[in-house]
Amino acid sequence: MSIELKNVSKKFGGVSAVHEVSFSVNDGELVALLGPSGCGKTTVLRMISGLELPTGGDLFVRGVRVNDIPVQQRNIGFVFQSYALFKNMTVFKNIAFGLKIKKWKQADIAARVAELLTLLGLEGFENRYPHQLSGGQRQRVAIARALAPKPSVLLLDEPFGAVDAKIRQELREWLVHLHHDLKVTTLFVTHDQEEAMEVSNRIVIFSRGHLEQVGTPREVYEQPVNEFVARFIGVMNVLELEVRGGIARAHELEFPNHGLPDGQRLRIGFRPYAVQISTNLKTFRYQAVLRHTYFLGVLLRLELELPSGLTVRARMTKEEFAHLGLSDGQSVSMQIRQYRVLAHEGEVLRPEVATTYDIPVNLGEGI
Amino acid sequence: MADKKFNPLPGFGLTLGFTLFYLSVIVLIPIAALFLKSFSLSWREFLDLATNARALAAYKLTFGASAIAALANAVFGTLLAWVLVRYDFPGRRFIDALVDFPFALPTAVAGLTLASLFAENGWLGQFLVPYGIKGAFTPLGVVLALTFVGMPFVVRTLQPVLENFDRGVEEAAATLGAGRWRTFLRIIAPTLLPTIITGFALAFARAIGEYGSIVFISGNMPFQTEIAPTLIVMRLESYDYTGAMALAIVLMLFSFVLLAAINWLENWAGKFTKQ
Repeated sequence: MSIELKNVSKKFGGVSAVHEVSFSVNDGELVALLGPSGCGKTTVLRMISGLELPTGGDLFVRGVRVNDIPVQQRNIGFVFQSYALFKNMTVFKNIAFGLKIKKWKQADIAARVAELLTLLGLEGFENRYPHQLSGGQRQRVAIARALAPKPSVLLLDEPFGAVDAKIRQELREWLVHLHHDLKVTTLFVTHDQEEAMEVSNRIVIFSRGHLEQVGTPREVYEQPVNEFVARFIGVMNVLELEVRGGIARAHELEFPNHGLPDGQRLRIGFRPYAVQISTNLKTFRYQAVLRHTYFLGVLLRLELELPSGLTVRARMTKEEFAHLGLSDGQSVSMQIRQYRVLAHEGEVLRPEVATTYDIPVNLGEGI
Repeated sequence: MADKKFNPLPGFGLTLGFTLFYLSVIVLIPIAALFLKSFSLSWREFLDLATNARALAAYKLTFGASAIAALANAVFGTLLAWVLVRYDFPGRRFIDALVDFPFALPTAVAGLTLASLFAENGWLGQFLVPYGIKGAFTPLGVVLALTFVGMPFVVRTLQPVLENFDRGVEEAAATLGAGRWRTFLRIIAPTLLPTIITGFALAFARAIGEYGSIVFISGNMPFQTEIAPTLIVMRLESYDYTGAMALAIVLMLFSFVLLAAINWLENWAGKFTKQ
């Protein structure tokens, strides 16, 4: 285990920024800390590096408790969102800085810097100053500088926040390749769920200082433990149902009551892809009008409005869309194929409740 | 007109014209007049007036004391700016306001205050003079007064730069294993250097021109505590206009060369740290 947090908390004054967080990162993993801004994810990263001290709990790096080890001695590579390059030094000196402190020999320093320059595609830039580099190049110099002293783990704070969308995409792929080549345990902070899904082996999801869920991108997408995760990862239709007459209802939509008595409430969510649509108004149980179509490339997102005014988001490929011959304003029938029972933010459902329920296509006909 | 460079926000011609006019009236014409007037002197006469022993002693004190005062301000002003920007403590705003005090206080008042403080029977002088530290009517007094009037310059030029200084840079150095001292020497100081030099230059220029406070604290003893501006006033008072002018020209050329040199130094120090 490369990094382990046990009930780590951080309070600034009386305000709790991180609350009893526990998770671990395995050797060689690439893990994303994901959450909206201000959720405490950067604080977690800074506590691991030693730039911030936890007010409670234990931090382990490679099996050693590091709570009392100062930042200078933790041997952790940290890449700052602002790059934080040394403006008065050339690229070479920036990368060599950590090695000089460790009193490496001149020849070894030169060899290590040359190796990193090649690895990061920065050959020929060693004598440039940071202000002579593009944003993407500065980012790579910052990573090279952090990697130079062979850190036990690499931490990146919003590594792609400050570059434009196209470069960001390139850097993401590049980070995956770099990680594949170096196998260094890497933890990065992001608020972009797409970035986290695309790049990482596992995702740690935060909200308001609490850890909500840890899992592979597929797990957190398909089995979100609560409403927050469900809404944060991808698009989810969320409904609050009330049980009446043994059936859980929201507007005209009806679901099984999951054993709850009348008068109880429950929340469910379903992904847009779980919504089936037919142009034949008799095929599925519910009637709806296609209000608007959003073009997303290969996929289209559809906004359906039910007679009660409830809006449901659906999704289909553009081939399906063309095949059905849909157009805005058209009346269709629809059906929800699959849904999950959701817990509120911060609470986790019992495993037997937090599963995905399939609805048979003919359910609508029966009730 | 068609090929004239189009600018949606015109005004260059007007503003440049006014700038040149203003500069001429305020700076260039008086300086030119000074030079023209001095042409009434022969080269020999000019050299005699400008470089006699009393004048040389005055230059030495003016530039020497100004340099020491500016240097002291560079060091302690940096420290003061650092404390004001980086730390929050009770009374911070009050101290911050106090920094501007030497700007607002008539320098004659400052000189008078310092002189009475450091005089043999003054509040501080009564303790210091027995130990041989004479603050009044000595070159040390001149340095003290010049330090006082130049104090705000380094602080005020450095403050905005320090406020924008990326804390991440220091943290990055720490994660790479650098202690505070190394971080300061290798990263913070080189980055701040151009700004410190600018503050130094301003304090230095201000000190060279200072007159009001020195008159009171230095005692104006020829060859000892007489600064060049005082000597100019002395010569004017004895109707020796040409003698005063010769001094003025030397002082001006010196200041010009020094400021140009400092400007160059500032550019050199700043060449790595452009944004």
